[in-house]
Amino acid sequence: MGFALFILLLLVAIGLLILTQAWPAMQEFGLSFLWTSSWNPVEGRESFGVLPIIYGTLVSAAIALLIAVPLGLGTALFLSENFIPLKIRTVLVFMVELLAAIPSVVYGLWGIFVLIPALRWFFDLFGIFFTGPSMLAASLVLSIMILPIITAISRDSLAALPPELRQGSYGLGATRWGTIFRVLVPAAISGIVGGVMLALGRAMGETMAVTMLIGNANTISLSLLDPSNTIASLLANQFAEARGIQVAALMYAAFVLVILTLIVNILADWIVRKLQAKY
Amino acid sequence: MTTISGVPGDSSDTFDIQSLKAKRSRSRNLFNIIMTGLSGLSILIALVPLVLVLFYVFINGVNRLDLDLFTQLPPPPGSAGGGIANAIVGTLIVVAIAAAISVPIGVLCAIWLSEFGGGDTSIDEYVRFGVNILAGVPSIIAGVFIYGIMVRPGRPGYSALAGGVALAVLMLPTIVRTADEALKIVPQEIRWAALAVGASNYQTILKVVLPAAIPSILTGVTLAIARAAGETAPLIFTALFSPFRFNGVTNPIATLSVLVYNFATLPFQPQQELAWAASLVLVLMVLLTSIIARVVTRQKTY
Repeated sequence: MGFALFILLLLVAIGLLILTQAWPAMQEFGLSFLWTSSWNPVEGRESFGVLPIIYGTLVSAAIALLIAVPLGLGTALFLSENFIPLKIRTVLVFMVELLAAIPSVVYGLWGIFVLIPALRWFFDLFGIFFTGPSMLAASLVLSIMILPIITAISRDSLAALPPELRQGSYGLGATRWGTIFRVLVPAAISGIVGGVMLALGRAMGETMAVTMLIGNANTISLSLLDPSNTIASLLANQFAEARGIQVAALMYAAFVLVILTLIVNILADWIVRKLQAKY
Repeated sequence: MTTISGVPGDSSDTFDIQSLKAKRSRSRNLFNIIMTGLSGLSILIALVPLVLVLFYVFINGVNRLDLDLFTQLPPPPGSAGGGIANAIVGTLIVVAIAAAISVPIGVLCAIWLSEFGGGDTSIDEYVRFGVNILAGVPSIIAGVFIYGIMVRPGRPGYSALAGGVALAVLMLPTIVRTADEALKIVPQEIRWAALAVGASNYQTILKVVLPAAIPSILTGVTLAIARAAGETAPLIFTALFSPFRFNGVTNPIATLSVLVYNFATLPFQPQQELAWAASLVLVLMVLLTSIIARVVTRQKTY
C-alpha cells in the first residue's frame, strides 16, 4: 500500500518542489514571464521571459509531429497488415523499436556531424545559406525519435481489434485499404490519437538531441533555418551554471514545461479512455 | 456447362472467368496499390535514420575502439590519446544505484497494484494514472527535481548518488508498468490453487505468483536499465562530470552519455573522436541489453 502511494507522493513532490523553487521568480516576474522575450542573467539587470522559448518548444514539437505522424502511421499499418511474411515483419518491428533505444545524445552527435553537414550541402544546391544548428535540424531529429512511439502504440491498438471487423468488411466486398480507412483506423482511433499525444509530450520534453541541434537562440524567427530554443534545452544549457534569481527563473520555466507536458499527457490518457470503442 | 447471365461484359454463352478478376485500372484498386506503396515507403524512410545512425556511429567510433579506450582517462582538451574508462565505470555505477532504488520500489508497487488493489479500485486507478503521468514527465524534469532536493546550494551538491536517484525517478514508471503487466498475465487459477491448498496471501504471492512472473519482470527491468544508461538530461546537473576516476558516490562522476554531450561540442578532433567511440560503446551496451532482454523472455512459464 505504502509503495503504491509512493508514486503519487513522488508526483506531488516533483510539482511542489519545482513550484517552491520557482516562487521567487513568480513573485518577481509574475505572468509576464510567459510573454516577454528577454533572457538576461547578468547580475544587477536580470530580466527573464520565455515567450521565444515556449514558441520554440511548441513549433519544434509540431513540426516533428507533422513529419512523424504520417510516417509512423504508415509504418504501423504496414506492420499490422499481412503485406509481408510474419518473420520479416517481426524483424522490422524490432528495428523500429531499436530507433527508440538509441540514446538521445547519440542522435545529437549524429545530428551535429552528419545531418547538419548533409542539410548544408542540400541547401547549398539551391544557393540558400544554412547556418547549421536550427529549428529544422532539431525537428528532423525529433521526428526520428518520436516515430517509434507513434508506430508502437498505433500498431498495438490496430492489433488489438477483433478479427471479425476485418472479416466483416472484406465479406462486404471492401478492398484492403477501404477496410483500413473506413473500419480499422476509426476503430483504433483512440489508441492512435493517444499515441500521437504521448509522442507530442515526449517531443516537448526531449532534451539532449534538441539542445545539441537547435542553436539555443532566444529569438522568435519564422524561418525554420534559424536557430531557436526550447524549455528543455534552456534548462540543460543553463542549470549547472545558474545562480540566485536565475535558478528561480529556470525553475519557473521548468514549471511551465511540467504544466505543458502534464496537459498533453492527461489529455492522452483521457482520449484513450473516452474514445475507446467497446468491442 | 452452366451459363451465367448478367455478368457485365459477357456476351458469349460461357462464363468469362476474366470478369471476376480484379482490374488494376479500377480506381479503388489503383488506390490500394498506391496506398500499399506509400505505407511500404514510410517504413523504408523510417528505417533509413536507424541504418544511418548505426552506420556513422560504427565507422566513426571503431577506430578508437582499442584497449586504451577502456583503461585510460580522458586526455585534457586538445590533446590526443586517452580513453573513457572513468565514464564506462561511472555509467555502470550510476545505473546500479538507480536500479537498486527503483527495482524494489517498482516491483512492490506493481505487486500491490495487481494483487491487493482489487479491493479498492479507485485508489488503484489513481496509482495507474499516476504511473502514466510519471512516465510522461520529461527526463530533464527528473534532473531539475533531484537538483532541487540534493544538489542546490546548501545541499550535498553534485554527486553520483544524485545522478542515480534522478535516473531511478525515470526508471520507476517503466518498472511498475512492466511488472504490473507481468503479474497480470499469471493465470488467476494459479492463485486460487495456492490459496486452496492453504497458502496465505503472502505465501501465494512470494512463492507462487512472483516466481511465475519473474522472467517478464526481469525483461522490463533490463529494458528500463538499458534506457537509463543512455539518459543524459537528468545527469548533466546532478552527476555532473569528472575527468578523474571514480572516488566515492558523494562526488561528481563521469558517465558515457554526459561525456558524449560535453565532448561533441568541443572544437578538438581527439575529443570528438572520443565522443564517437563513447557513443559506440553506449549504443552497443544499450542494444545488447535490449536484445538479451528480448531473447530471454521468449520462454514463457505459463
